[in-house]
Amino acid sequence: MGVMLFELALTFYFAATIVSVIELFKGTKITSRIILMLAGTGFAIHTISIIYRYVTAGHIPITNAHEATSFFSWCIVLIFFILQFRYRVTLLSSFIMPVVFVLMLSSSMLPREIKPLSPVLQSYWLGIHTILAFLGNAAFALAFGIGSMYLVQEHYVKSKQLGGLFERLPSLQTLDEINYRLITFGFPMLTFAIITGALWAESAWGSYWNWDPREVWSLMTWFIYAIILHARLAAGWRGRRAALLSILGFLTILIAFFGIKLLRKGLHVFL
Amino acid sequence: MKVFVVGLNHKTADVDVREKLAFNGSKLEEGLMRFRKLPEVQEAMILSTCNRVELYANVSDTIKAIESIKTFLSEFHNINKRSLDNALYIHDDVNAVRHIFRVASSLDSMVIGEPQILGQLKDAFELALEKKTTSIVLNKLMKKAISVAKRVRTETRIAENAVSISFAVVELAKKIFTDLSKRVFMLLGAGEMAELAARHLISNSVKEVVVSNRTYERACELAKEFNGKPVRFDEFINEMGSADIIICSTGASDYILKKSQMQKVMKDRKQRQVFIIDISVPRNIDPEINDLDNVYLYNIDDLQGVVDENIFERQKEAEKAEKIIEEEVETYLKWQSSLDSVPTIVALREKAEEIKREELDKLLNKIPWIGEKDKEAIEYMATAIINKLIHPPTMALKEDNEDKDVMIDIIRKLYGINGHEAEKK
Repeated sequence: MGVMLFELALTFYFAATIVSVIELFKGTKITSRIILMLAGTGFAIHTISIIYRYVTAGHIPITNAHEATSFFSWCIVLIFFILQFRYRVTLLSSFIMPVVFVLMLSSSMLPREIKPLSPVLQSYWLGIHTILAFLGNAAFALAFGIGSMYLVQEHYVKSKQLGGLFERLPSLQTLDEINYRLITFGFPMLTFAIITGALWAESAWGSYWNWDPREVWSLMTWFIYAIILHARLAAGWRGRRAALLSILGFLTILIAFFGIKLLRKGLHVFL
Repeated sequence: MKVFVVGLNHKTADVDVREKLAFNGSKLEEGLMRFRKLPEVQEAMILSTCNRVELYANVSDTIKAIESIKTFLSEFHNINKRSLDNALYIHDDVNAVRHIFRVASSLDSMVIGEPQILGQLKDAFELALEKKTTSIVLNKLMKKAISVAKRVRTETRIAENAVSISFAVVELAKKIFTDLSKRVFMLLGAGEMAELAARHLISNSVKEVVVSNRTYERACELAKEFNGKPVRFDEFINEMGSADIIICSTGASDYILKKSQMQKVMKDRKQRQVFIIDISVPRNIDPEINDLDNVYLYNIDDLQGVVDENIFERQKEAEKAEKIIEEEVETYLKWQSSLDSVPTIVALREKAEEIKREELDKLLNKIPWIGEKDKEAIEYMATAIINKLIHPPTMALKEDNEDKDVMIDIIRKLYGINGHEAEKK
């Protein structure tokens, strides 16, 4: 049942991705509506599958790579929908749904069995720390998508070649503002995730900071986004530079996430 | 019964001919009534805009109608009939239908895709309806033309991109800024085109207008007109920190804004996006400024490039529109041919026969005991009834009468014969 729900959500996301790619080339009001319907259905099923797994396992299902990637995708889709309702960003799905699909696909290929929770994870920090971390990272993922859209649109305006997606993409200022909002949302989330992580580490391992690879990468990510915010507020690094930095920031997150998984070193082995 | 168009437009006639033939103001109503009263004309409508004058009619005899319409035009407008010959085009039947659809869809306009023509056509049609100069054929045709135009508008992107410099400026500004009504606009100098673009931008509502000019008095004048703030010319750079959209057109022979100055301005405005339009020739703003982050500088050639590209796009879309129109002309023709009397007579008879058959079967099933002779008598009576009933409408359809189209349409409605059925038969 849980597996079936997950596969079904994956299928809907896949369909939404296909239509999103089609929309890049031939978009109409109908295609946008179809995408929202497909992604929305996928999201609903995905939500049920997470709840189902929570009930079956008896703990928050963010305890291994499969669950984490799946939950990460869920957070991205959640924020995607919030943005859709708040700003109606046309074409955003074309930049985000492929990311969601790839994440879900990799999640589907990771081992899925529910194992008994290791003692370290049996803590109320599990929920708080992971949810904060993934919401923050999901906001950065959206900032990555919005940043890419900014670069595309800015290329049209700067080069004075107003073809392609120019007409359907939102204005530069809108994209820049959304990018900023996402980072100002994601940054405190990441900050609290690191703090709660440290507190948890203290209670589990007796030390706040262990120079574990994931900790190091998270700190690096934190610095990158701190720089983005600082540069924007102090030096006015907005527009193109902010877009570039938010793309760079998210790539760092991806490396942290999958790279460390591949290394299989450090204390964060479960994730 | 033939649909028929006589007219002239910007392609066939110069403005001096067009203005002579235009039906302006009260002349339109008078002209329409006189046009309708011409002996060959059963239905009439006049479309008169600055780029075209067209007379639509449903006529009984095309050749006679051409002559009498020409005479009417030359008398009404008091010009030589000969001089009309070169300017006028005449379309009849299929070509007329196609022409009207193309006009409504703005494919025949000077600027392809411009939206006014549809409104003008609607007004002309409304006047005709009000004066009752049209009837079933032209009414159907005009309604169809309006719906075809809407279909073209929604299914192609013919009316989407800006095709003038002023529109291109606004279109670009909207892709740089979220909300123009929160942006400050600065006009530097005042050329004709700059003023035009400024006016168009201001009519799209900006938050504030700042005007600067070499002669301060002129700046004050313009500022007053635009409800803005005048600024001395040697101070405009200080004001740029708060200006988001700048249109520049001064007579300066050299750059009035250099890259290093702009860098400072960008620092002042915390790198917020700025859109600069330099329409002056020679250019007044150092083109290298476009290399700065978040600065978008367009000169007159860049804007012309955008406009040309858009016109090209529209032409591509126009090809799609032509296909839609061919389709629609075909469906219209089908409807028109269903107005032919023969299929209607056949359908009417078949309908009556069908009713007779059904009712006879019902009755004979109820009284199976009656003999063969009684049956024949009953059938005979039924046939006699339907024959008598459909005789008058059949005769009316066969008569060659001026209101034949109306008659056919009414009979089809009264007897519930739809177009398709009549056509098949």
